[in-house]
Amino acid sequence: MKVLVPVKRVIDYNVKVRVKADGSGVDLANVKMSMNPFDEIAVEQAIRLKEAGKVEEIVVVSIGIKQSQETLRTALAMGADRAILIIAADDVHTDLEPLAVAKLLKAVIDEEQPSLVLAGKQAIDNDMNATGQMLSALLGWSQATYASELEIDGDSATVTREVDGGLQTIKVKMPAIVTVDLRLNEPRYASLPNIMKAKRKPMDEKTPADYGVDVTPRLTILGTFEPASRSAGVMVADVAELVAKLRDEAGVL
Amino acid sequence: MAVLLLAEINGADLSVDQTAKAVTAAAALGDVTVLCASTGCSGAAEAAAKLDGVAKVLCADDAAYGNGLAEPIADLIVSLAGDYEHIVAPATASGKNILPRVAALLDVMVISDVTGITDANIFERPTYAGNAMQTVQSSDATKVLTIRTAGFDAAGSNGSAAVEDISAAANPGLSEWVEDKVQTSDRPDLTSAGSVVSGGRGVGSEENFAIIEKLADKLGAAVGASRAAVDSGYAPNDWQVGQTGKVVAPDLYIAIGISGAIQHLAGMKDSKVIVAINKDEEAPIFQIADYGLVADLFEAVPALHDALD
Repeated sequence: MKVLVPVKRVIDYNVKVRVKADGSGVDLANVKMSMNPFDEIAVEQAIRLKEAGKVEEIVVVSIGIKQSQETLRTALAMGADRAILIIAADDVHTDLEPLAVAKLLKAVIDEEQPSLVLAGKQAIDNDMNATGQMLSALLGWSQATYASELEIDGDSATVTREVDGGLQTIKVKMPAIVTVDLRLNEPRYASLPNIMKAKRKPMDEKTPADYGVDVTPRLTILGTFEPASRSAGVMVADVAELVAKLRDEAGVL
Repeated sequence: MAVLLLAEINGADLSVDQTAKAVTAAAALGDVTVLCASTGCSGAAEAAAKLDGVAKVLCADDAAYGNGLAEPIADLIVSLAGDYEHIVAPATASGKNILPRVAALLDVMVISDVTGITDANIFERPTYAGNAMQTVQSSDATKVLTIRTAGFDAAGSNGSAAVEDISAAANPGLSEWVEDKVQTSDRPDLTSAGSVVSGGRGVGSEENFAIIEKLADKLGAAVGASRAAVDSGYAPNDWQVGQTGKVVAPDLYIAIGISGAIQHLAGMKDSKVIVAINKDEEAPIFQIADYGLVADLFEAVPALHDALD
C-alpha cells in the first residue's frame, strides 16, 4: 500500500506572530519556519504504518515556495521515501487556498494512486481546517477527520475521531482521507544519519501548470489586523482579595 | 437573499445554543432556512422553528444522517444548494467536518470560523491562532461559512417557522458509524457556559483534576483544560480549550496551573473576566488576566472553593 502525506511549511509554532503595520499581512521575513505540527503527526503515522508492515511506500508532497523543499527534506529524514515539490508561489507571504491545494493534490493522487492520504487536520497559519475534507470531496473518497486512533484492516480503516462531545469511532472504506489530530502520536526527531540519507532521496519538482490546475484565489484578503488586545489587570495578594474583587469590582460571583 | 443553515444536532436533539448563535449571524445575510439532518429529528426541527429569525425549517429524517457522517450530509446539502447564496453552519467539530466538503463539491472556497460579517461577501476571521484577524472578500457565487458562535448572541425563541419534511439524498455509503464515547455530565456545556474553570499541566495528575472539577461545580461552571493537561491524560479531549480545541467566551474564566501558551489563549482570550492562578509569577497567562494570583494551586483552589460558601 502506498500512502501520500501532504506537508506544509508554516511559521514555527513557537514564534510570536507580528501583523505588518500596513495591514497587508503577517510578517514572515526572517522568521523561523517549520513543518506544520499536524503534518508532522501525519508523517509519523505513515512511518509507523510502514514499520508495522502495512505500507510499502510513503510519498510526501508540499505546495508553496521553493523553500518548502526544506520541509520535504525533514519528512524524508523522518522516514518518508520520496517527495514531490509543487512550486506555486515565489513569495513566502502567498498562501495558496485549501481549494487550490486540494485540486493540486487530487492531480498528484490521480497519478500516484495511493490507498490512503494522511493529512494534518489544519495548518496553524490560516487555521482553515479544510484541505483534507475538500480533497476527499474532489476524489469522492471517504473522509475521517480529527483522528486520534487509526487501524488499517484490509479494504477499510477504523478511525477514532476527536469530536465536541468526546470520541467517535467510524469505519471508512479505502481509499480514504484521514486528517490527524494532536493525540494520534508523538512525532520522532530525525537522526543525523537519516538527515544525511534524506539528501539522496528523490524529490520531483513540479508547477501547478504541469497538472493543469488553476490556483487563482477565490478570496481576496482585504486586510489583516491585530485582534483587540487585552492588557494585564491587577495582581491580588490572596484568595480573600480575589473573591472580593470578583464579587464587588467584576460582579461575576 | 437566502441562507441555508445546517443545525447543530446532538443525537436527535438540537444544540440550541450553537444553532441559535449561528442563526443570529446568518440572519444578517438574508432569510434563514435551517436544515435539521439526523435520525428522529422532528423534535430538533420543532425547536429550530422557534428560533427568532428563522423563516423555514427543513427536516431530513433518515438513518444515514443519524451520526453526523460527512459524506451523506454534504451530499444532502449540495442537493439543496441551488436555492441559496450562503450555506452556513456553526464552527463545531461537526460543522467543520461537513462544510469544507460541501464547498469543494460546489467548487467554492470555505470560509472557516467567521467572527464578523460586513456584507454578503466580506467576512472577518481569525488566523494564526487568533493573533492576526483577516478581512476576506469572496468572489464565489455560493458562500460557504462556518460561524465561530462565541462572538454572537443567541437568537430568541419566540418564532414559529414552518417545518417541511424533505427526503434524503442518495447515501454514497463510504463510511459507517461504529460507536460514540461521549462523556455525560450535569455540568453546563463548555462552549456556552457562563463560567469556565480550566486546569493545566500544573494540576499534575488526573486525580488532582478533582479539585478543578469541585471548584467548577461550586460555581456552576463548565470544566476546561489546556492542551498540556489533555496530552498528559489529566483531562479528556473534549475539555480542551485553545486553537485546536474549543473556543469559549464566558463571563468568567478561571485558569489554574495554566502557563498561557498562545495556542491556549486563542481559545479563551475573549472571555469577559479572566482569573489566573499560577505559582510561576512569570507565566504569560498573567499578561492577559484581569486578576492574577501567584500561589500554589493546591492551597489556593480549595481556599477559593471554601470562600465561596
